Amino acid sequence: MTGIDRRRLLAAGGGVAAAAALATACGSNTGRGGGGSGPGISQWYHQYGEPGVERAVKRYAAAYDKASVSVQWRPGDYDRQTAAALLTDAGPDVFEVNGPLLDQIQGGQVVDLTAEVEPVKDDFNQAVLAPKIWQGKIWGIPQVIDMQLLYYRKSLLKDAGVEPPQTLDELVDAAKKLTTKKAKGLFLGNDGGVGVLGGTPLFAAGLSLIGEDGKVGFDDPAAARTLGKIRQLYADKSLLLGAPTDWSDPAAFIQGLTAMQWSGLWALPQIKKALGDDFGVLPFPKDGAGGKPSVPVGAYGSAVSARSKRKAEAKAYAKWLWVDRTEYQQDFALSYGFHIPARISLAKKAKELREGAAADAVRFATDHGYAEPLLWTTADRTAYQDALSRIIKDGANPESELKTVVRKANAELERVKKK
Amino acid sequence: MTGVTGAAEGAVKDVPGARAAVVPGGFGRPSLGARLLGPQRRNLWFWAFVGPFAIGLGLFTYVPLVWSVYLSFFDAHNTVSPTGEEFVGLDNYASMLTDDAFLGSLGTFLLFTVFIVPATYALSLALALMVNRLRFAQAFFRSVFFLPTACSYVVAAVIWKLSIFNGVRFGLANTVLGWFGADQTAWLSTTDPPWYWLVIVTVRLWLQAGFYMILFLAGLQRISPQLYEAAAVDGARPGWQTFRHITFPQLRATSVAVVLLLVINAFQAFDEFYNLLSDARGYPPYARPPLVYLYYTALGRDQNLGLGSAGAVILALIIAVATVVQARWFGLGRKED
Repeated sequence: MTGIDRRRLLAAGGGVAAAAALATACGSNTGRGGGGSGPGISQWYHQYGEPGVERAVKRYAAAYDKASVSVQWRPGDYDRQTAAALLTDAGPDVFEVNGPLLDQIQGGQVVDLTAEVEPVKDDFNQAVLAPKIWQGKIWGIPQVIDMQLLYYRKSLLKDAGVEPPQTLDELVDAAKKLTTKKAKGLFLGNDGGVGVLGGTPLFAAGLSLIGEDGKVGFDDPAAARTLGKIRQLYADKSLLLGAPTDWSDPAAFIQGLTAMQWSGLWALPQIKKALGDDFGVLPFPKDGAGGKPSVPVGAYGSAVSARSKRKAEAKAYAKWLWVDRTEYQQDFALSYGFHIPARISLAKKAKELREGAAADAVRFATDHGYAEPLLWTTADRTAYQDALSRIIKDGANPESELKTVVRKANAELERVKKK
Repeated sequence: MTGVTGAAEGAVKDVPGARAAVVPGGFGRPSLGARLLGPQRRNLWFWAFVGPFAIGLGLFTYVPLVWSVYLSFFDAHNTVSPTGEEFVGLDNYASMLTDDAFLGSLGTFLLFTVFIVPATYALSLALALMVNRLRFAQAFFRSVFFLPTACSYVVAAVIWKLSIFNGVRFGLANTVLGWFGADQTAWLSTTDPPWYWLVIVTVRLWLQAGFYMILFLAGLQRISPQLYEAAAVDGARPGWQTFRHITFPQLRATSVAVVLLLVINAFQAFDEFYNLLSDARGYPPYARPPLVYLYYTALGRDQNLGLGSAGAVILALIIAVATVVQARWFGLGRKED
């Protein structure tokens, strides 16, 4: 009846507590071994899903002979971890960041890397380099290009008598025809595309988030018309919602829960392995007379913390790894996951990107790629996503919803230009 | 230094009630150190036991609290130590109070409270009444209903999201509906009708009903059997009449405690909302309680710590006022008769 006696329970409890203490100790380890007095540089990466990346980046770091570099592999919410760490002295010296964001640059959290990148500036893909530039200075070195695109199952489209959609209207029709009792036509993420689509439909309508003139780029009736069509997809019940995995994972597509899925280029090897040749890729189809196909591209940037006590060494190391050592950049982009190298010269050399769906993807990225501009702030993105959610799911009026976002974006532009 | 007081202490130890002997007079005034230590070094021990807690409370609760009030007057993007030129006065408060998303989140949270508090109250009371009537296996059912309390909100939310209420045909809820020929429903992604509330409310009900059932059981067992006998003699029928006139009024103290705890818990709602509805790209604009909204504003990629702090101060004030009003209304702390 006693089951576990008291002593054993206490012992087990003690063990758990000790393990927890240990875990906490690991969590606060900043890799500097004595609170910032060591001679080394600390470098942070977020946790990549592909096997082998961690070993690879540690190998690159070990090959650097001017300073000892300790690499930290950070699982969990990486953006939030770096944001918090950059407020203190315990943060990294060199780190990769989904940015840097305008507020991080204006807040003086990252250092200017113009001198490091300048000699090879033209060799970087200009679409992904542009958001790293503020007031003529470069604040982050693009590492690799990520992109998103539309995957479709050739056999399912053929059975339903549907051609690969070239316009948004065709996409709406195709998704409706492909929806059956067992599977849906299109998967844009469990939230109906609110999170992942972002500015993509606006670019497909020939508009932009922030135009080149520095003004809001979607204050236009075409924006409301295009977003209304995404609502149509939802209202037709053609969208897969509530799948066990989200848009970034190709599982729903591979399992046949959906005939088409919006996902990342990183999913391509997995899809190819599972489906062989029974799939194709498309950009987000164009909409309206002024429209053009669009695919979002972006790059994690390597940045140097302004709080670093070894800024010069850290900058030298970032330059060594992400500017000078092209063989490592190529290895990092292509040997593990599936990315396009950020350097044009490397992308041209890559065999893996020359045939089949991968070649199509690279072509889309070159011809139709757009990156979110630096002036599109997080507050803008939140307001836009909220509006998009209400348009898609609640059937709210796109025009009035977009007016609210335009107002917010104008206020944000005012704010960041004041600084 | 220890001479006189040592003797005095000895006296105190030996003769209970002889503390007056330490008072200046007979033995002379004790030294400052001795007075600081207190009789039987009580002050020392007081601080030895209370000190670590007080320091922790100050360091991790009050300092951040005051700091966040301070930050709320600054345009503190990506910084916790803003400079003087970033001072914006009450601007953060003004923009928070005119922010539709924040006001909407207050509405969400009110709606949630209005629903979850009575629902949990009724369910846990019903469970307690049923378990209390059992003649055998009472301990078993008590444990079974209490067990979910030990489950973490995060784990429960993940189970609800991924296996019970996922949107595809092989989710548990959709499988059951499928037997009756219904279409699959995307529980968490549909806003019309707002099925996500069903998921959010059931996970919390499942998690917390057992705990409040135990409180009600304790309350029920305190009711004297004589009251029921007297009521029976007076002709009260067992069932509703007895419950209405004996059981329910006798549970008043328990009910007040339960409702207060429920409201406070609802105020702090975060875990299940965040784990059910957030994804890598953010959080939908519906079912977004204030804590989740502020979490994204201040600690997300936004890093707008000034605005987030202003929101937190507003929320804290609302909670303080609500708690005071509630305590007054229920007569908390008033002597029971």
